[in-house]
Amino acid sequence: MTPEPPMSQEPPMTPEPPVTVGSTATPLLEVDDLRTTFHTPRGAVRAVDGVSLRLSAGETIGVVGESGSGKSVLGRTIMGLISAGPATEVQGTVRIGGRDVHALAPGERRRLWGPEVAMVFQDPMTSLNPTKRIGTHLTETLRLHLGLRRGAAADRAIELLVQVGIPEPRRRVRQFPHELSGGMRQRVVIALALACSPKLLIADEPTTALDVTVQKQILDLLGTLAERLDMATILISHDLGVIAGRTDRVAVMYAGRIAETAATAAVFEHPLHPYTDALIGSIPRLSNEPHAELRVIDGNPPDMSAPPPGCRFAPRCVHAFERCREEAPPPHEPLAYDARHSVACHAPLLPAPNADSGNADSGNADSMNGGDD
Amino acid sequence: MAGSGTVHLRESEQPVLSVRDLVVEFPVGRRQKVHAVSGLNLDLLAGETLGILGESGCGKSSAGRAFMQMPPPTSGSVLLHGTELTRLRSRELRRARAKMQMIMQDPVSSLNPRRRVRDLVAEGLSIWGFEGEDEDRLIRETLHAVGLEPEVVWNRRPHELSGGQCQRVCIARALMLKPSVLICDEPVASLDVSVQAQILNLLERSKRSHLLSLVFIAHDVAVVKNISDRVMVLYLGKTCEVLPSAHLDTRAVHPYTRLLLASVPEATEGGSRQTQPATELPSPLDPPSGCRFRTRCPLATDRCAAEEPVLRELGPGHFVACHHVDAAHVPTA
Ligand SMILES: Nc1ncnc2c1ncn2[C@@H]1O[C@H](COP(=O)(O)OP(=O)(O)OP(=O)(O)O)[C@@H](O)[C@H]1O
Ligand SMILES: Nc1ncnc2c1ncn2[C@@H]1O[C@H](COP(=O)(O)OP(=O)(O)OP(=O)(O)O)[C@@H](O)[C@H]1O
Ligand code: SF4
Ligand code: SF4
Ligand SMILES: [Mg+2]
Ligand SMILES: [Mg+2]
Repeated sequence: MTPEPPMSQEPPMTPEPPVTVGSTATPLLEVDDLRTTFHTPRGAVRAVDGVSLRLSAGETIGVVGESGSGKSVLGRTIMGLISAGPATEVQGTVRIGGRDVHALAPGERRRLWGPEVAMVFQDPMTSLNPTKRIGTHLTETLRLHLGLRRGAAADRAIELLVQVGIPEPRRRVRQFPHELSGGMRQRVVIALALACSPKLLIADEPTTALDVTVQKQILDLLGTLAERLDMATILISHDLGVIAGRTDRVAVMYAGRIAETAATAAVFEHPLHPYTDALIGSIPRLSNEPHAELRVIDGNPPDMSAPPPGCRFAPRCVHAFERCREEAPPPHEPLAYDARHSVACHAPLLPAPNADSGNADSGNADSMNGGDD
Repeated sequence: MAGSGTVHLRESEQPVLSVRDLVVEFPVGRRQKVHAVSGLNLDLLAGETLGILGESGCGKSSAGRAFMQMPPPTSGSVLLHGTELTRLRSRELRRARAKMQMIMQDPVSSLNPRRRVRDLVAEGLSIWGFEGEDEDRLIRETLHAVGLEPEVVWNRRPHELSGGQCQRVCIARALMLKPSVLICDEPVASLDVSVQAQILNLLERSKRSHLLSLVFIAHDVAVVKNISDRVMVLYLGKTCEVLPSAHLDTRAVHPYTRLLLASVPEATEGGSRQTQPATELPSPLDPPSGCRFRTRCPLATDRCAAEEPVLRELGPGHFVACHHVDAAHVPTA
């Protein structure tokens, strides 16, 4: 490697804010070059195509992206709900607490579900049996995974319902799922997911089916519980508003790949990937004046069984140039001045501060030298 | 019973659409009924966009469908260009209401899956009793206007289109009849953000090019603010607040509107993250007495249970139905 440019004595690295959760400890979750491919009659669908992630205890990462970008498949593959099979190929590795999820025998993998990793889905009925009472759902899990006796499990079930803010828990345990509102059901599902105190929670669009007012309650609940239990969380959503302000980091997915990942504030304030930038620009904001024209991204996301060569965003990218159509940008190129901000793009929106010029003093020098007149 | 008042109606103007004392009820079982809309009054001026905002189940779609007479309301009046729609018989109704079109939340399922785009767009002309000369040319123009390439989509069926493209087809269908009022029921709720922006821009553009007035029904506060001139907030079939959209986030005072605003994710950054106990929408079969919001309202008193609040004027274009807020609560500047 070339020697470090002299300028780097002035460390461009600002004293790292508390965002750098788990910078030293072994991360709880390590995902390396994960690829999930479905072989269908129409051809191979590369739903997840080379994703790497790190997540530490207590840290929350948001995964955003449009419909079909591979968010759910990523979440399910991390959990091990999707694994290699006759028509499914999983490459790369997922380690939870150091254990390689996809190398485990199916029975062992299942034992991770509950105490190590749990998942909350968009539709609470996915996780609830309509013929079983709320209390039974909870006590069965508690007895199976934690070996609690009947009485202890019943008490713990009530505690869990209280913890997720369900009023009158003693009455609720006798009710069936259909007797509860959607928001209340989602709280039950969260209580179920938390029953075995998982170290990692994957929440896939947990509030998309709920009312706006209930959405806030559920997101607040997830945030509080994650903090209290020091649980790592992956919050999957197509709604950038949901992700902003509730996550430490964000990974923006496009067509099975991570386009950009960084501290949440960095992504929202200075998006560097053209897709992130366009996506943020297209959200109607409460602070806009009425009738403000919204920025749009022309075209549609690619068909995942025949994605375009090179950068998958190239057909819609206003900055695309020839190289973009030929060569896929390397997925996890960290920025020189922020090792935790990486962008998969040949021409990120701001030039890296110490690119070829060796000028580490991003932009500042320009504004000082290039004064008026 | 007086609904929630009429002070917000602009008597001196000539509204395109005028709705009075609209009641929509659905019988359930033998003696019960769902009170979906309970005395709604509104007027829509030419070129105006009225946003109707509220949570799921508050009666937005029931109101929109009642304007269209699909089905007709339980009681009340709907005047379109001065014509009382609730009294018309089917044939006259079809012609009169061609001037008012509706697009729905789920664009894919609101299109007949077996028909092709060309026929889907033309459909309205025959259903609503118009014979077209030069129909194909008109269809091409309209497809262009909604951003679809006629040559590309002409023979496609709905499943061969994306959600956003289906919504464009629905808008094209509606525009074919040269309506003056377009009722949009959650037109972007099922679409991705990037496509949502395309459709919102298209609606703004169509409104200008086709001289439309819009009723825009949605639960998303930011979306409603972006597209509307005036916003009406509904809760369990009653009007809570009416105000200019430009002031929605800064001057709204009704406790329910404030709750909706506080629920916008972007507004809650760094806000309180306390676990709040779950709250439930009361049953629309037996809505609370007095103010229907009182079971969830932090300001509720005995008076709120006893007496129904009626809309009062707080400032220019700003009306609120609440016993315990008044002009002094409206932030200035
Ligand atoms: N079992 C499967 N077989 C074949 N293709 C699949 C399968 N599951 C998912 N896919 C495809 O993989 C891609 C990614 O799907 P995924 O559900 O992860 O998207 P998503 O980002 O979660 O979208 P949404 O926001 O709509 O939930 C899509 O193109 C989808 O059609
Ligand atoms: N055909 C019907 N029969 C019985 N009840 C109905 C019918 N249509 C609507 N309702 C009820 O009327 C109330 C208002 O429903 P409506 O669909 O108008 O609400 P909305 O505000 O459009 O909600 P959403 O945001 O979920 O679309 C709800 O309680 C609903 O369950
Ligand atoms: S690599 Fe090229 S096409 Fe892809 S996002 Fe960057 S500039 Fe656009
Ligand atoms: S009238 Fe009473 S219950 Fe209704 S919104 Fe006002 S303070 Fe709340
Ligand atoms: Mg998904
Ligand atoms: Mg509706």
